[in-house]
Amino acid sequence: MGYLRIRNIGKAYKRYNRKWGRMAEWVGLGIHHELKWVIRDITFDVDPGESVGIVGINGAGKSTLLKIIADTTKATVGSVEAGGRISALLELGMGFHPEFTGRQNAYMDAQLRGMSVGEVTEKIKEIEDFAEIGDYFDQPVRTYSTGMHVRLAFSVATCVLPEILIVDEALSVGDTYFQHKSFERIRKYREAGTTLLFVSHNPGAVKTLCDRAILLDQGIIQRDDEPDAVLDYYNAVIAKQREDYEILQSERLSGRKVTRSGNGEVIIYDVELMAGGQPIRAFRSGDSVTIRVSALCREPVEELTAGILIRDRLGNDVFGTNTYHHGVSRKNLQAEEMVVFEFSFPAMNLGIGSYSLTTALHSHDTHLNNNYDWWDRSLVFQVIPGVTKFSIGVCNLPVHVSLCSNAV
Amino acid sequence: MLRDVWAFRDFILSSVKREFQSRWSGTQFGPFWIVAHPLANIFIFTVIFAQIMRPSLPDHPSIFAYSIYLCSGVLAWNFFCEMLSRCVNIFVENANLLKKIHFPKLCLPVIVLASNTLNFAIVMGIFMFFLLVIGAFPGWVVLYVLPVLFMQMAFAIGMGVLLATINVFYRDVSQTVQVILQFWFWLTPIVYTPSNLPKAAQAVLMWNPMYIFIRAYQGIFLEHIPPQWSSMIYPGLLAVFFIFFGVFAFHKLQGEIVDEL
Repeated sequence: MGYLRIRNIGKAYKRYNRKWGRMAEWVGLGIHHELKWVIRDITFDVDPGESVGIVGINGAGKSTLLKIIADTTKATVGSVEAGGRISALLELGMGFHPEFTGRQNAYMDAQLRGMSVGEVTEKIKEIEDFAEIGDYFDQPVRTYSTGMHVRLAFSVATCVLPEILIVDEALSVGDTYFQHKSFERIRKYREAGTTLLFVSHNPGAVKTLCDRAILLDQGIIQRDDEPDAVLDYYNAVIAKQREDYEILQSERLSGRKVTRSGNGEVIIYDVELMAGGQPIRAFRSGDSVTIRVSALCREPVEELTAGILIRDRLGNDVFGTNTYHHGVSRKNLQAEEMVVFEFSFPAMNLGIGSYSLTTALHSHDTHLNNNYDWWDRSLVFQVIPGVTKFSIGVCNLPVHVSLCSNAV
Repeated sequence: MLRDVWAFRDFILSSVKREFQSRWSGTQFGPFWIVAHPLANIFIFTVIFAQIMRPSLPDHPSIFAYSIYLCSGVLAWNFFCEMLSRCVNIFVENANLLKKIHFPKLCLPVIVLASNTLNFAIVMGIFMFFLLVIGAFPGWVVLYVLPVLFMQMAFAIGMGVLLATINVFYRDVSQTVQVILQFWFWLTPIVYTPSNLPKAAQAVLMWNPMYIFIRAYQGIFLEHIPPQWSSMIYPGLLAVFFIFFGVFAFHKLQGEIVDEL
């Protein structure tokens, strides 16, 4: 079956500094462009029957690489040798013509993939059945939902056993039922010997479908190894760095969203989420993190309690506590005095998702007594998949699962 | 390159078929409309121009002379004009397809060529029928239309591929083509005769390849005389030039087309 030999692939887009630069180049008036490299020096082999997952953050060059392999885009340097017919499912929607029916588009698409009319006619029933879009198959494609588009596109692209199948995230759009169905088909083809190249943001899919994973970052291969090893590295390093960077960047640009109230006798000087001594905005579920709250007294106060509250994306309280309940409140503070509290979590077992942190300064156990400063969404952070097994929900409870085979 | 296109002949044929189908999809009378347009054209040219306005062609006393003159020019011009203006946008219009599936891009202009030629064949069929009815069918001389037509098609498709390629990078091209075609039509003796023009203009006219093609059709249909082959050398060379230059430019820039769409 099909193999791929990818040698030193690089792709650069031409950036023209002037509107007429390209025209000037055509007629031989010097060079007016600079090259913007999106991927560089990509070399790898895919053996017949092997399935390789490609992971990386948005803009890492995954789609460009797949486009080059599928031959819709030319590489600037390097070569691709494909030992077998490639069937590619790149992005959404394919080139469907909105005015034609699903059936007509299926014919056109299949013919573009090199099938003859006779072959398509043989397969059309199967395509229709697999897509499961009912009467819509004979309706114009413009009336389709996004999900139906994907169903039809996948159904056509995989109607014959491809020697090399390239799938670019397209599947993540369909509903769960169809995702299962299409994964099933991919798995079946894999068993039949199809070589698979698969881009996905879904680590689970890469782990189950692929024998190998390649991590792309900024257009270069960072890792090429077992899926587990690559995904762990990806989650731990690349995704985290990027999330940190992006959230910190957006904070810098727009400022932290301020919803503050209180009498201002003591103000929250700074709130920071830290790990290993560094400010962060993303961590893996189960990582050890510290929330540091710095308070600055404007007036002398008798007592100071600092409280934190973690809320999920929808604003539901997930976890909150304050220094009063932990017996570390400060008493009799002078003006201009700075107090720093740290809340250290040995294992922050939050579920995967985005959370906000609300910080409060008051006296005694609740902010109903002397609310000095209350800061909603003082920072936003991201919890990414990590070391523990897959779970859903806002908390990632430590759990031990065992099989009791001799249970009565 | 041509072999690649040949491998996709099924796709090309189906696309042409679909294009015709889509034109009458949702209509009650279907294919009738394809015939209705040229019929209306010929009717208007015959009745309005030839009967009511009665322009006279000096050497032709027949009441149908002007309408034959007009039809042979306008029908051929429309063929050229449609082919060129559709070709120019072909890559931009099919951006979605080009970005997602790998196939020989030259299939697209070939589809335009095939579907326009088929359409023109239908129109020509009706025109011939009209000539038969009024008893002005030129006879075997009519076969001379084919080589001239072939040159005209080569000229149009060559220029079309060239402009379509440039249009990907500079979209002004397609706008410019629309405007130029308007002028070009009136700068070609289709509605009027060359004798209406001053001497100086007549000399310049010889550089207009469309005039040479159209004069050949007018000669065949109206005067029943074969075209003057020596006059065909210039437009023939021009057609060959555009075909080569168009395919050369396309080949050079093929890789960048998808990046730019």
